[in-house]
Amino acid sequence: MMHRLPPYAMNKPARGSLLSIEHLEDKEILSLLKLARRMNPLKARPLLRNKRIVLLFYEASTRTRSSFEIAAKSLGAITTLVQSSGSSIEKGESLLDTGYTLRAVGADAIVIRHPAAGAPHLMARHLDIPVINAGDGMHEHPSQALLDAFTILKHKKSFKGLQIAIIGDIYHSRVTRSNCHLLSRFGAKITLCGPPEFVPEVAATLASGLRVTRHIEEALRGADVIMLLRLQKERLAGQKIRLQDYIARYQMTAARVKLAKRDAIVMHPGPIIRGLELTAEVADGPQSRIIDEVHNGVPTRMAILARALGKAK
Amino acid sequence: MLSAKNQKRESATLLIKGGHVIDPTAKINALMDILLRDGRVAEIALPNKVRGSAEEKFDARGLIVAPGFIDLHVHLREPGQGYKETIATGTAAAAVGGFTSVCTMPNTAPVVDTEEWVAWLRHPERGAVVNVFPIAAATLNSRGAALTDFAALQRAGAVAVTDDGKPILDDEIMRAALQLGAELNLPVVQHAEDTRLTENASMNEGPTSFRLGLRGMTAAAEASIVDRDVTLAQQIRESRLHVAHLSTSDALKSVRRGKRAKARVTCEVTPHHFTLLDENVGEYKTDFKMNPPLRSAADREAILVALADGTVDAIATDHAPHATHEKQVEFERAAFGITGLETALALAITKLHREHRIPLTRIVELFTAGPARVFDLRGRGSLARGCFGDVTIFDPKKRWTFEAAKSRSLSQNTPFDGWQFTGKVVATVVGGRVVYRAD
Repeated sequence: MMHRLPPYAMNKPARGSLLSIEHLEDKEILSLLKLARRMNPLKARPLLRNKRIVLLFYEASTRTRSSFEIAAKSLGAITTLVQSSGSSIEKGESLLDTGYTLRAVGADAIVIRHPAAGAPHLMARHLDIPVINAGDGMHEHPSQALLDAFTILKHKKSFKGLQIAIIGDIYHSRVTRSNCHLLSRFGAKITLCGPPEFVPEVAATLASGLRVTRHIEEALRGADVIMLLRLQKERLAGQKIRLQDYIARYQMTAARVKLAKRDAIVMHPGPIIRGLELTAEVADGPQSRIIDEVHNGVPTRMAILARALGKAK
Repeated sequence: MLSAKNQKRESATLLIKGGHVIDPTAKINALMDILLRDGRVAEIALPNKVRGSAEEKFDARGLIVAPGFIDLHVHLREPGQGYKETIATGTAAAAVGGFTSVCTMPNTAPVVDTEEWVAWLRHPERGAVVNVFPIAAATLNSRGAALTDFAALQRAGAVAVTDDGKPILDDEIMRAALQLGAELNLPVVQHAEDTRLTENASMNEGPTSFRLGLRGMTAAAEASIVDRDVTLAQQIRESRLHVAHLSTSDALKSVRRGKRAKARVTCEVTPHHFTLLDENVGEYKTDFKMNPPLRSAADREAILVALADGTVDAIATDHAPHATHEKQVEFERAAFGITGLETALALAITKLHREHRIPLTRIVELFTAGPARVFDLRGRGSLARGCFGDVTIFDPKKRWTFEAAKSRSLSQNTPFDGWQFTGKVVATVVGGRVVYRAD
């Protein structure tokens, strides 16, 4: 009989995987946020002692990588960083073969960042260990949305009725996609703002309670939270946007921040480019929570890893 | 296994008895008996009125007997990509799907751009079990720069020319292709996609592509090329334009415009485009990735209307087998294309006939008379006396479940694995010989 390849394994991701916010249940989001509040990297119990967590990074990262690593180590786990350069990935090894290899060397979980949307889903369908999405192409960045939610809740009572302005390159932003799913789910009203190249009309279909505007004043009026985004030059395939025009219309200045509520907070997933999407004055200003976000990334990711490896008690 | 002698005897005369014959060309829609002799239709007559005798009989009671199905658009991957499919395996899958003739696309390795390769494809050593009609490249190596020798390719047996997968963007090259095609009465098949607008895109542009963070192909990237091509076809007397795998509402408007103006413009639609939507890609399922991509509900609705009202000339599968390792990768990196030969009729009956009430006569036309006209396949697509003895016998009520693992194709990249269908091919007859019979 002729040998045939098995049909594609379309298994469910292993328990504890975190692939997207869109498909994460409300109660899981709330329990992760609750768990994150109890996590303290300086006084952590070694919940993940002897667990091996591989950080598989196909794209550059400072914040996400270091905070996942510190989160894992704070919980007593062993971490290994695998990057595309200097690994077999460079030699043309497929994503799945890399996954099988990491599983074979004993990985208990894989944290993956990848330039292709859906790469973590592919890996999760074929591996029996949790896969955590640390950013996949333009798709989602769930841990960032969770740490942003964590940060917002430190300053606001709840998400319900919050006015959130997200300004900048929405199209290329995985952070925005995850944030829209999460925040709209809990009743926030989100205004997406930017030029048509960055904020296509179709963006409003992503979740409920979303609207699109081209006018920054309209987005900012009455806002409780201002979320800024970097212009992603690496994803601007052929798009021509005049930076000076962008700065004139959409740069966050101290004067513009004043259009929002007096207690509004300013957020940015980083890396920030001072002088482009925001002024240094805003980045360092009293309403900025940009550094807090980075700080909150560690307990949030501790919660994600603890949940992934079944020690979320 | 039949001996060669038995096979020969089997092919000499075959009586297909008691079936309901649908032959749109001959305007037959009634119980008829058909006698095939020496590879041709010898007699077609009311039940029990066939005069000649037959060595073999096929009891077709309760079944539809149709002219052999013709698929205008398949990728059988040879020469050069036998790990995906071969002419032998691809035509075996065609026979299971009821196709007695398939037209092969030239985007192989190397590209079929010489008469030698056309002859090679038609050579008996390829092991084809159904008729193979090669479509040759329209430009050398499908680079879109210099036209191939249409006359020589046609003499060698090519039924059309195309650069499928690599659309002809240059206006002057397309004009020249249609002009030369007009002189030779040879259709030019266009894969309509303005690739300048679809760089790095892997699915339809819309809410789903935005949600998934995938770059989208706009409907305009297809429609703009169809619009230009139809305009050229209207300008060039006697030119023949065939729009491959049409997938958008806007492209249909251009085709209608051309047809109203009596230009020789034809188009085909695939089963997956009349069945599925872009949102079915789900969470990056690469078996739902093909080019043109699955489109919006409005596009599918327009296609269903055009299938019913006669605007669409043929259902073609765009059977595009790929190996597992080419599909089991990141969505954006996965190969475009799905297999389709074994599920086409089942989808047409299940979706078009049962769900959308398109009559079986029209469905048969889309698989037979329609495609035969598009490429001028003389003696095919009809069961009139003297036509080739190509017959597809199917049960329009049979319920069954498609299992990709049991496919005759070398590849299993189908979105329809495990689907329950109504309507199944019972037997496929090529040149008077039964090449497939369902268990």
